Amino acid sequence: MKLKEQKSREFLELICIVCPLGCSLSVTKSDDRIRVRGGCKKGEKYVKEEITNPRRVVTTTLRIKNGVWPRVPVRTSSPFPRDKIPELMKFLSSLEVEAPQKRGEVIAKNLLGEGVDLVVTRTIERKE
Amino acid sequence: MPRSIRGDVVVIGGGPAGMAAALSSWEAGAKSVFLLERNEYLGGILPQCIHPGFGLQIWGEELTGPEYAEIFIENLNRTGVEAMTDTAALELTPERIVKAVNPQGAWEIKANSIILSMGCRERTRGMLQIPGYRPAGIFTAGLAQYLVNIAGYLPGKDIVILGSGDIGLIMARRLTLEGARVKMVVEIKNSLSGLVRNYVQCIQDFNIPLLFSHTVTEVRGKERVEAVVISEVDEEGNPLSGGEREVECDTLLLSVGLIPENELSRQAKIPLSPQTGGPWVDEDFSTDLEGFFACGNVASVFDLVDYVTLVAERAGRAAVLARPPQEKHILRAGEGVHTVIPQRIREGKDGFLFIRPQKSMKGVTVSFWEREKIFYQKKISICRPSEMIKLDLAQIPWPQEKGEIKVEIKGTEIQGIS
Repeated sequence: MKLKEQKSREFLELICIVCPLGCSLSVTKSDDRIRVRGGCKKGEKYVKEEITNPRRVVTTTLRIKNGVWPRVPVRTSSPFPRDKIPELMKFLSSLEVEAPQKRGEVIAKNLLGEGVDLVVTRTIERKE
Repeated sequence: MPRSIRGDVVVIGGGPAGMAAALSSWEAGAKSVFLLERNEYLGGILPQCIHPGFGLQIWGEELTGPEYAEIFIENLNRTGVEAMTDTAALELTPERIVKAVNPQGAWEIKANSIILSMGCRERTRGMLQIPGYRPAGIFTAGLAQYLVNIAGYLPGKDIVILGSGDIGLIMARRLTLEGARVKMVVEIKNSLSGLVRNYVQCIQDFNIPLLFSHTVTEVRGKERVEAVVISEVDEEGNPLSGGEREVECDTLLLSVGLIPENELSRQAKIPLSPQTGGPWVDEDFSTDLEGFFACGNVASVFDLVDYVTLVAERAGRAAVLARPPQEKHILRAGEGVHTVIPQRIREGKDGFLFIRPQKSMKGVTVSFWEREKIFYQKKISICRPSEMIKLDLAQIPWPQEKGEIKVEIKGTEIQGIS
């Protein structure tokens, strides 16, 4: 009985990044629930998301043809699943776009089927 | 013969500080504003800071660096501000004459007010005096950032980063995403230099080891970096013998601090603070020399571009008003305080005070002393050297009589991350 209980439980130490306090949170994760010790309500919400579905805004650059600069910076339109970031980077490294590109324009849609788009963050003019 | 022109306001440096200052000078009624930038584009370091996190304080929205810069560039394009890129200011006189060159030739600009916004430079290997040969493969973190994000080059494949400042942490993630192996981040102090959030999202996310109380004591390799030697250090940062080990790598990145770029300020004989490395300024970012203003990282290294924008807007307005000098309070950094900016208080009615603590502490009290008496105290739960404490000047009951005021921070020291 005891052994089984130990198996289904997981202990984690996380640093909260909701505010500048940077509290240390101890988290107990069992099959059906997550318990958080330390920190505040907002921190608890952060931890639950961080454990069940961690996401990050991804920023990188793409190759751009005939631009005044060789790279165009981009970001995801919303946070992207953290565990799929390596796969996303692999996909993005295969892309090449054509100048000009304007800030705010969507350059690729529904990345890896996750419902997140790719947005240009710097206007790159065409080389004359 | 240089072409001579006159301007109400000349702003030197077109980064975030210079752009905001030029814009606010124009909006405050200046008839002619020149914004000089030696680079071929405006924005300073922002276009290469492709990560998010900018603008949260002033716009409540998280932007990337290029987006933040482009909003200012667009706003400037709607004004009569004359932005001169590819233009290097070479000389500055106390009489407010700027000598500059650009592809069109030499210029001599006489201004009613001059705003210094030259920003800062990264500390280099030479300043750290790390022994060894001088092989290729040693970069400051910001240069590596330019190479990766703008020029499109990967500076190396196996990387060691010295210093846990924000640019170093950001580059650890950036290089990892681009396929390089970041072997470790080494920090000479016993606590993080950058933001906790950057530690979590740039270091923890990628399982990059971060070693506190360690530094690089030797660079190995003649043509190209082949390895670095890292050593444990004592509390003063002196390497302990016996604690060395070799780490193979082809690249060493340095994220070991920034130095305000004040060659021109020195030429114009503007008094500089030994603590910040920049001019002494008041809450309007007016220097001790009439008609000269200094804002952004040239005055003191700020940790948020939002703060730079806020102070630059004040400088821009003040440069148009050009009020005559008057007696001011003089702020001194006391115990626990690394720097205070501004260090002069003209009136203390509006504006901000930024205090950088020396150490990470909990249960913090900030005290303001006039002679032997505390006249104001503020309690905050936590402070870190990576995050300036920002106070509203109007909160503080400044003494009637102008004199010296000491700012002090006390609390319980914390080590490591949190």
